[in-house]
Amino acid sequence: MSKLTLKALTKSINVFHAACSPCNNCDIEILDCLTPRFDIERFGMTLVGSIRHADAMLVTGVPNMKTAKRIKYVYEQMPKPGVVIAIGSCACGGNLFRHSYNFVKPLDEIIPVDAYVPGCPPKPEAMIAGIVKLIKAIQKK
Amino acid sequence: MKALFNILVFPGFLFASVAGMIAIYVDRKVSARVQWRKGPPLFQPVYDFVKLLGKEINVPAETSVITFLAAPFFALAAITLVSTIVWNNIIAPQSTFVGDLIVVVYLLAIPSIAVIVGGFASNNPIASIGASREMKLILSYEMPFILSILVPVIKAGSIRIGDIVNYQIVNGPLIGSAAGITAFISGILCVQAKLSMAPFDIPEAEQEIIAGPVLEYSGLPLGIFKLTKWMMLFVIPSFLVALFMPGATFIGNMLRYVLVLVIIILIKNTNPRIKIDQAVKFFWTWVTGIALLSIVLVLLGR
Repeated sequence: MSKLTLKALTKSINVFHAACSPCNNCDIEILDCLTPRFDIERFGMTLVGSIRHADAMLVTGVPNMKTAKRIKYVYEQMPKPGVVIAIGSCACGGNLFRHSYNFVKPLDEIIPVDAYVPGCPPKPEAMIAGIVKLIKAIQKK
Repeated sequence: MKALFNILVFPGFLFASVAGMIAIYVDRKVSARVQWRKGPPLFQPVYDFVKLLGKEINVPAETSVITFLAAPFFALAAITLVSTIVWNNIIAPQSTFVGDLIVVVYLLAIPSIAVIVGGFASNNPIASIGASREMKLILSYEMPFILSILVPVIKAGSIRIGDIVNYQIVNGPLIGSAAGITAFISGILCVQAKLSMAPFDIPEAEQEIIAGPVLEYSGLPLGIFKLTKWMMLFVIPSFLVALFMPGATFIGNMLRYVLVLVIIILIKNTNPRIKIDQAVKFFWTWVTGIALLSIVLVLLGR
């Protein structure tokens, strides 16, 4: 990927929201980012419905027996280059479900995770800060 | 050589794509301001397009690869030709051939057909639903669109866009007459559906069928489809400007185009999406009725 397209990528990140059996709290906070108060379209980010149009995957929730292989399948369908962001404590490391009978393994052992935004749920400000740090990391590559 | 310049640079591909990018920027910014947001930065469409050039191209399994990848390019070629013909006529009304109005009407159907072909070639149930909705939408808006185009044809007595433009520069714009304003109203509703904007964004309804026919596209083909959409946002309203209210100068025509664009954006932002059966009923009764009324009025000489 050339320098020009990489610079364009950091200015226009299409975000796909992959819910991996969450409790819906993080999902509501993600949708908050689109509201007039936070408005991530200022940075050129839009929420898309199809994984084929996505540059970034926001994963919420704990990967369990059913969703673990499906989240891997969704990640493989994302056109590269693409990044994965773990939103919330569950996606970051299992939270209070880590000793559950249904827990397989942490998300970052299933697919490569580029950024972690902990919190239960994280604030929209925290998500925006995480994405801005991710943009800086992409630019340095 | 001159024809090649016309098609590739001005007023063809380059001109239409730059103007289309500005138009989609205006659309997104005005929509954001209506929703009390700040909106995207100025070069957002450029970033969106350049980014897609560098992405991986995915092709679904068990499909015709050539059909899948060629569909966006047919759409782009058709809309480039329309831009060339329409803006050549607006700038120098005597420069094109007789019958170009009919050519333009045919060429304007090709982007929608390319979307349908691409959607069915995607081998995906949701994309197929989107493509079939697009097909029903074409069936509903084509008839009133052609009926409302007939009004300037009858008034100017010619099927050449240049003659229609000349007639209105001499005799005053058509939109000032009763027949002209009714035909313009039905025409702008059909244009709304042709651009698949709310309330007629049924084929790519984001909340129900994700992205509709372009669901499986990624990388360069998706970028071409997006560019075609943006160019249509510039070309089709300027076609309406040429038919109903052309000005004598280039700047005047641009200002009239911006006026039509703002009307389209405001309709988009103040109306909820309707269902496909409601859209067909709406176009075949109300919009066709208005278009027929305008034809009766123009035959009476109003």
